[in-house]
Amino acid sequence: MNCAPNKGGVIIAGSTSVQPFIEKVAEHFMEKYPDITINVQGGGSTAGVQATMNGTCDIGTSSRNLKPTERGLKVILIALDGIAVIVHRSSPVGDLSVERIRRIFSGHQKEWNESGIAGNVIIPVTREEGSGTRASFEEMIMGDEAISDACLVQDSNGAVREIIATTPQGVGYISVGLVDEREKAVAIEGIKPTLANLITEKYRFARPFLLLLREEPTGNVKKFIDYVLSEEGQEILAGSGLIPANKVAAD
Amino acid sequence: MKDKIAEKLLLFIALSAIISLMLITFFIFQQGIPLIFKAGLGNFLSLKWAPTRGGFGILSMVVGSLMVTAGALAVGIPFGLAAAIFLAEFSSKAIQKTLKPIIELLAGIPSVVYGFIGIVILVPFIRETFGGPGFSVLAASIILGIMILPTIVSISYDALLAVPNTYREGSYAVGATKWQTVVLLLLPAARSGIVAGIILGMGRAIGETMAVIMIAGNALKIPGSILDSVRTLTSTIALELGYAAGDHRGALFACGSILFLIIIVLNIIAIRITSRK
Repeated sequence: MNCAPNKGGVIIAGSTSVQPFIEKVAEHFMEKYPDITINVQGGGSTAGVQATMNGTCDIGTSSRNLKPTERGLKVILIALDGIAVIVHRSSPVGDLSVERIRRIFSGHQKEWNESGIAGNVIIPVTREEGSGTRASFEEMIMGDEAISDACLVQDSNGAVREIIATTPQGVGYISVGLVDEREKAVAIEGIKPTLANLITEKYRFARPFLLLLREEPTGNVKKFIDYVLSEEGQEILAGSGLIPANKVAAD
Repeated sequence: MKDKIAEKLLLFIALSAIISLMLITFFIFQQGIPLIFKAGLGNFLSLKWAPTRGGFGILSMVVGSLMVTAGALAVGIPFGLAAAIFLAEFSSKAIQKTLKPIIELLAGIPSVVYGFIGIVILVPFIRETFGGPGFSVLAASIILGIMILPTIVSISYDALLAVPNTYREGSYAVGATKWQTVVLLLLPAARSGIVAGIILGMGRAIGETMAVIMIAGNALKIPGSILDSVRTLTSTIALELGYAAGDHRGALFACGSILFLIIIVLNIIAIRITSRK
């Protein structure tokens, strides 16, 4: 009942994948407007949609598109988060089919077909149970196959990247924006995860980061949303490794 | 009057330490135990850990924790004990004064630094020399073995020094060599101190999290060899707590409860051993 919009603070709830990025933007926002408190909570995308519908939060967040049963909300795209499959920079592997990625991470394929990889074994690295990135990877690539218990597990994009960067036999997945020169993002079904391919949706393995609203934003809610979509807000998201919405829209 | 106040103040501070320990114990069990009953003991002791889909089996992690701890002791005990014996019985005062602080300095290095050294040096070395992913029981054992060295060395060293000199003199008087004196007389006499050092080291090894997460690989499968990756109870809690909600969170507290029980059992065994005369 004290969650009535615009009374002093803004309550944001939903996707745990969006949460850290929105928190970062909110920090900068609160520095700029010290009298407005932004409260960011997790709960998951589905919880975000429901909280927005019944008004327990001012802004919901989702890291997936809304289902047909969830229509009626105002949806604002703030960024895209592509998922890249990465290998060691010296690896001869440049292109993987979805089928092969599935076989690797489900533990059915244990050796590289390519020559020139020491020991020839595949060392797959996955994310921990509960991770949003893992959930998206499972949904977009693994389908019904379960990720094998034999995979190494790390708890952040950075930790996965660190292992792949130092392991010639490794293969893992991280946000596209976080791939650097120490490892190599492979093409999936022949399509590289470049910015252009992500924007044109040729590279399909990306998920939208959405803000959800029940009605037209006013007051502090509007101020915050305007800030997220401003040059400055989008810059923060881009700096965190996302493809900001203004780049998507500009195309 | 001032004495009374000081006494009461000290009593209060001492009690607050005990009370916080009791609160932590209560909190962990209160958060963890309901999940064990909800999931059922069979599920909880199974191999299937998929807490977002109803699998709460912690067996592989219990085995992982025990394997890594045993490995750490296998590395830490011989080196630690050897160092303590050398320092206490075979070295000059000057060497003691230099070496002991250096060994104790090992305890001051943050575990994340140990983990980092493990990733950069040890893991690639193991991968290239012995094969496998490198992130392994072996890597974790070696790093943890080094981490528990200062505990084992300093407590064993103090225990050896505490053995009265008359023991040594008596031993030499009946013609024993220095080595015989150490093995037959001093080690048994210092036993309770040495065991205490080992138990404290073991406690550190089983509870260590950061370094283990970085170098053990954290695969859920029970390792088939020491070159395979391993997941410990502490790693699971630290890896997954960030995103965990509902039953998943409860399951992590249940892991904490089990860890607590393991440590209590180890300590009871240690107390039994040290008090046996």
